[in-house]
Amino acid sequence: MALAKRIIPCLDVENGRVVKGVKFLDIRDAGDPVEIARRYEQQGADEITFLDITASHEGRDTTVQTVERMAAEVFIPLTVGGGIRTCEDIRRMLNAGADKVSINTAAVFNPEFVREAAERFGSQCIVVAIDAKQVSGPGEEPRWEIFTHGGRKATGIDVVEWARKMVDLGAGEILLTSMDQDGMKSGFDLGLTRAVSEAVPVPVIASGGVGTLDHLVDGVVAGKADAVLAASIFHFNEYTIPQAKQYMRDRGVEVRL
Amino acid sequence: MSSIAVIDYGMGNLHSVAKALEHVQPGVEVLVTADPQQVREADRVLLPGVGAIRDCMAEIRRLGVDAEVAEAIRSGKPFLGICVGFQALMSFSEENGGVECLNEYEGRVNFFGDNLKDQQGERLKVPHMGWNQVEQTVDHPLWQGIDNGSRFYFVHSYYVRVNNPALVAGTCEYGVPFDVALAQNNVFAVQFHPEKSQKAGLQLLQNFLNWDGKR
Repeated sequence: MALAKRIIPCLDVENGRVVKGVKFLDIRDAGDPVEIARRYEQQGADEITFLDITASHEGRDTTVQTVERMAAEVFIPLTVGGGIRTCEDIRRMLNAGADKVSINTAAVFNPEFVREAAERFGSQCIVVAIDAKQVSGPGEEPRWEIFTHGGRKATGIDVVEWARKMVDLGAGEILLTSMDQDGMKSGFDLGLTRAVSEAVPVPVIASGGVGTLDHLVDGVVAGKADAVLAASIFHFNEYTIPQAKQYMRDRGVEVRL
Repeated sequence: MSSIAVIDYGMGNLHSVAKALEHVQPGVEVLVTADPQQVREADRVLLPGVGAIRDCMAEIRRLGVDAEVAEAIRSGKPFLGICVGFQALMSFSEENGGVECLNEYEGRVNFFGDNLKDQQGERLKVPHMGWNQVEQTVDHPLWQGIDNGSRFYFVHSYYVRVNNPALVAGTCEYGVPFDVALAQNNVFAVQFHPEKSQKAGLQLLQNFLNWDGKR
């Protein structure tokens, strides 16, 4: 008996519709996040991450409604990220039915926000999202920095130190994305994943770069991640979640089948 | 149609558990409430809870939920505790420097520790977060239709040890063995979140709604 490594499909949602394309073969409405989340739940996804990329305030209300609908039909944990800047944002999402919120940029600009959020809502629902880029050159000791604005702005903050600080402030989980690997489909940044996972006592979700099922295995075995997040390999039906889980189990990874 | 009071003492999100109950039994009347009258009149009572035990216990006492829980347990109607709603029934928790709990059942709530390791010596993360297997140690109406060893969703840093082994209904292991379900008379309490545990969890909630409170 052991805790299962989690597989988490991620949906990018804008104004209540999934963007970046989801092409299940037999789905009627490819853009409805609730329908897609329910499909993943039935396939055996361990959690759902919902990344809200809506810019406008009106759109935000739509997001809350989408989370409400999702929580009424999908009975696995739901994390909502994107644009979480205040305790009021968190309260709205949790009341709508989210189980966790993911804080990204707001933590970089105001680390105390993480402390305030964890004290008010509990560490178990506070995920800190870290966007990391390698800044060391070839042959140097590997080093990664926090980037904001979708990976365009460097902050000079060391990722491993930052992850430790976020946990000290109350983060209950780290969602770690390699901006170098994101969208490349060549696998997670395993050095980064392992460095952060070994540095913090809380679970780490590896994100960015999954293209094959071996990448998922590598993320938990070599990268020591507690969970793996992927979008396109599932959205485009390259692999189903049961296939991914069976593949991982066959290679000795504990999963929930 | 039966009614269920989900006791609201201001901690955490009760939306999920209410939605899950409505999903497994459409038409069931779910009252999210701290009103003693409503709790007393409901056919079933559910004590949920997330967050830190000190704040939970403070609110439980401030709102008089302690008396409501004691009354519900003694009333004989089906009672379900979830997560902190299970821990709160014990005597004492070592969280937040030590907190006296409701002492409905003798037992302690302990920290998993900073140096938790599995049998292979690999470090284990705390909180214990994710899907773990539950060993059903007794036959019980609430386990009906759920395979022994099914995985449920957990998220907690403190675990329960019940003093009287005869009250334990389920166990789990994460670095240490611990108790994840307690059953006595009309009371069932679990450490995991049935409302987030997909099929197995919904089955348990369905069983609770069908249960007459007897073994």
